[in-house]
Amino acid sequence: MVLVAATGMVATFQPRLVIDPIVPLGILFLYLLAFAFGWMAGQPPATLEGYEPATAGSRNVLAGALAGLLGGLCLGLLLIAITVFDLRGVFINMSPELAEILGFGLPVAAAVFVIAVASAFMGALGAGVHLLSRRVRRALIGALTAVIVFSVLTDLFGQLFAGLSLEPVIDFLYTGRGGALTIIGSVVIFGAFIVLFWWMEGRDSTLRQRVQAMPKGQRSRWQIGAALIILVILYFVPRIMGPFVSQILVTAGIYLLMALGLNIVVGYAGLLDLGYVAFFAVGAYTTAILTSPQSPAFNPEISVLASLPFVMVAAAIAGILVATPVIRMRGDYLAIVTLGFGEIARILLNSEWLAPVFGGAQGITNIPDLQIGPLTFSTPQDYFYPIFLFVLLAAYVTFALQKSRWGRAWMAMREDESVAEAMGVNIVTAKLSAFVVGAILASFGGSLFAAQIGSVFPHTFDIVVSITVLVIIIVGGMGSVPGVTLGALVLIVLPNLLREFSEYQFLFYGVLLIVMMLKRPEGFIPSKRRAQELHTEELSQDAWLEIYGEKGQAEQVPEGAV
Amino acid sequence: MPMLEIQGLNKAFGGLRAINGLELHVDEGEVVSVIGPNGAGKTTFFNLVTGMETPDEGSIVFDGQDVVGLRPNQILKLGMARTFQNVRLFPAMTVLENVMVGQHSRTKAGLFGAVFKTPSQRREEVEIEERAKEVLSFFGTRLAGYRHDQLSMVLSYANRRRLEIARAMATGPRLLLLDEPTAGMNPRETIELTELIGRLRSEKGYTIVLIEHDMQVVRNVSDRVVVLDHGVKLTEGSYDEVSSNEKVIEAYLGRPAELGA
Repeated sequence: MVLVAATGMVATFQPRLVIDPIVPLGILFLYLLAFAFGWMAGQPPATLEGYEPATAGSRNVLAGALAGLLGGLCLGLLLIAITVFDLRGVFINMSPELAEILGFGLPVAAAVFVIAVASAFMGALGAGVHLLSRRVRRALIGALTAVIVFSVLTDLFGQLFAGLSLEPVIDFLYTGRGGALTIIGSVVIFGAFIVLFWWMEGRDSTLRQRVQAMPKGQRSRWQIGAALIILVILYFVPRIMGPFVSQILVTAGIYLLMALGLNIVVGYAGLLDLGYVAFFAVGAYTTAILTSPQSPAFNPEISVLASLPFVMVAAAIAGILVATPVIRMRGDYLAIVTLGFGEIARILLNSEWLAPVFGGAQGITNIPDLQIGPLTFSTPQDYFYPIFLFVLLAAYVTFALQKSRWGRAWMAMREDESVAEAMGVNIVTAKLSAFVVGAILASFGGSLFAAQIGSVFPHTFDIVVSITVLVIIIVGGMGSVPGVTLGALVLIVLPNLLREFSEYQFLFYGVLLIVMMLKRPEGFIPSKRRAQELHTEELSQDAWLEIYGEKGQAEQVPEGAV
Repeated sequence: MPMLEIQGLNKAFGGLRAINGLELHVDEGEVVSVIGPNGAGKTTFFNLVTGMETPDEGSIVFDGQDVVGLRPNQILKLGMARTFQNVRLFPAMTVLENVMVGQHSRTKAGLFGAVFKTPSQRREEVEIEERAKEVLSFFGTRLAGYRHDQLSMVLSYANRRRLEIARAMATGPRLLLLDEPTAGMNPRETIELTELIGRLRSEKGYTIVLIEHDMQVVRNVSDRVVVLDHGVKLTEGSYDEVSSNEKVIEAYLGRPAELGA
């Protein structure tokens, strides 16, 4: 809590009201943390087989209250420190305004007391949640979350209701477009979601069971039907949501395309590529050079669509160029070398030396819009469709390759390179092909990106892009297409919707990564095998010993040892 | 002409001469056991033959072709497949997939075919799967049915060893190199595996070289026994000849009483 307060988040969030006029976001966030502490502290221990399940009782609440109290006291100390010393020299955010917010405008002693009591109360509440029945707990937490989501994503919902011509709903729920929730609005949302979650309890899983119990033909008909409905909804999404949200979706789509490509390289073939942005750049620049009348090197111009085959070839060549020197490298070494390649690409694009081709720091502008026959794509809403198409294509390629000789060769190489080779997999072609497929998918993303933005600049192709794509597949679930999709949505769409908090975007990334690695290392929606791989230890002690014992052994015993 | 002929093989790791002037031949249809105390150079010998390590000197001729300098996957394709002493499966792949990988070098569908699911690729894919199932059926119920879709890491130890043999069989070899196939198995499993090795020869017609510590197994399966010590071949011959050889007893078997039954 101290950390959060000290980073200035509270002060920044304070003017932003969640429910007008009674709940400001800054304080809510702070005390939600106390709630979370309490929740964690009050969690009943995991039930072991053969033991009575632990019943939550007053002890859990007490633990929660204690945890909250501890947090609150730290916060109180901070408040005292701010008031007594002037800390602004060191911590720029520790201003008197922060003290004012933290202390509710009360004198210091009273404020500390109030903070401690309030935090302890929130902690106890958090722990107390465990005492409720599962159904009540889910409904309550779900509805609370819904209120916060509705409030924080006010832009999104405003756009949604406006797109559906339901302006009265906005006026009812919010204090205005992009404003905070009204009291009545929040109560209505809370109530509606309580009812929804109450009703949902148990029904979602029965539905799933029913679908699974269906005969094969019926089930696939159901699945096709569901897919069609989703497609129809997706078709209308850009129309309803307008340019702002569409632009975000387009960005997410481009990242998703890259993530699916990198998923093949890292998730399947196990080749950690930290310079993946280079392939994205190859796609963008190839399109730019071939299509823009401003491109210094190449005339005459061709259309964006006609440039795609060239993009593919250029990406394949780039993939081979990167893969060739790293054929005999593994693990960390490979990562470092690819990192170098990513930087080399950016610096070359930026260099004066190659400015006659790439335009140097000025980049290349005036890239025409994508045209397919009579259709011209210009707005973000238009671009949503071709990008969606390419994402579908990438997902298909991923699935097709996974169930093929190549997919198996890549996985074998990921599992154990030297054994894969001893079992007949040609490591050279396997590595080259993984890099080439990954490069081509990323280059399509780059090409569409260039056409949509209309210009390319070297500084766009920063290492941060590589890292973001990697984080998407790690958080989403390596090797799993739905996981990667969800990862792109969470990591690209959310931060863009929450632009008002963009200052803290990377802080949230960091926290998210840490929490994920501790709680769910396999990602949101992991591929089946990866989930098993990471959780076998929980299934049986023996399996744990065997896997880790053997892995350790295999690494320690040099090849030549007998 | 012998199937595998090795002459003047040398390999040193720094100052350690792991293999020192080894001469060895294996005839078609034979089962040859390689025995020797720990550190004798047995696994290094396998690594050299399969191309996972390069010899310093000497020639390894398989089927009339010198394989020194070839990559492991090229050597495998010539018809030589191995298993590993410390079972090295692909843990996060299913049993069936492990065996299917074994056929990689015998199949040829390209990336293009894999993406566009061309008829020839589909046909090949079906063949790969059928062949994998056929190979697994060699092990009876051990690796059949629901086990096909289990990840190989959840298998029992003995089943992992079986799966390694299955994966090697799927590569379509003529010569199988088995590195301590019974290590870590209980007596019952050892007997089963001994029978299996016999069937590998009689039913499948493989020529087999195996490294083995269990003298029962060595006696029951081998036509010929080669004894290594410090990278040098001490002697070779039938089990009875070797087991009564003074040098061997001294270097490896210890007291004659330990020869067991």
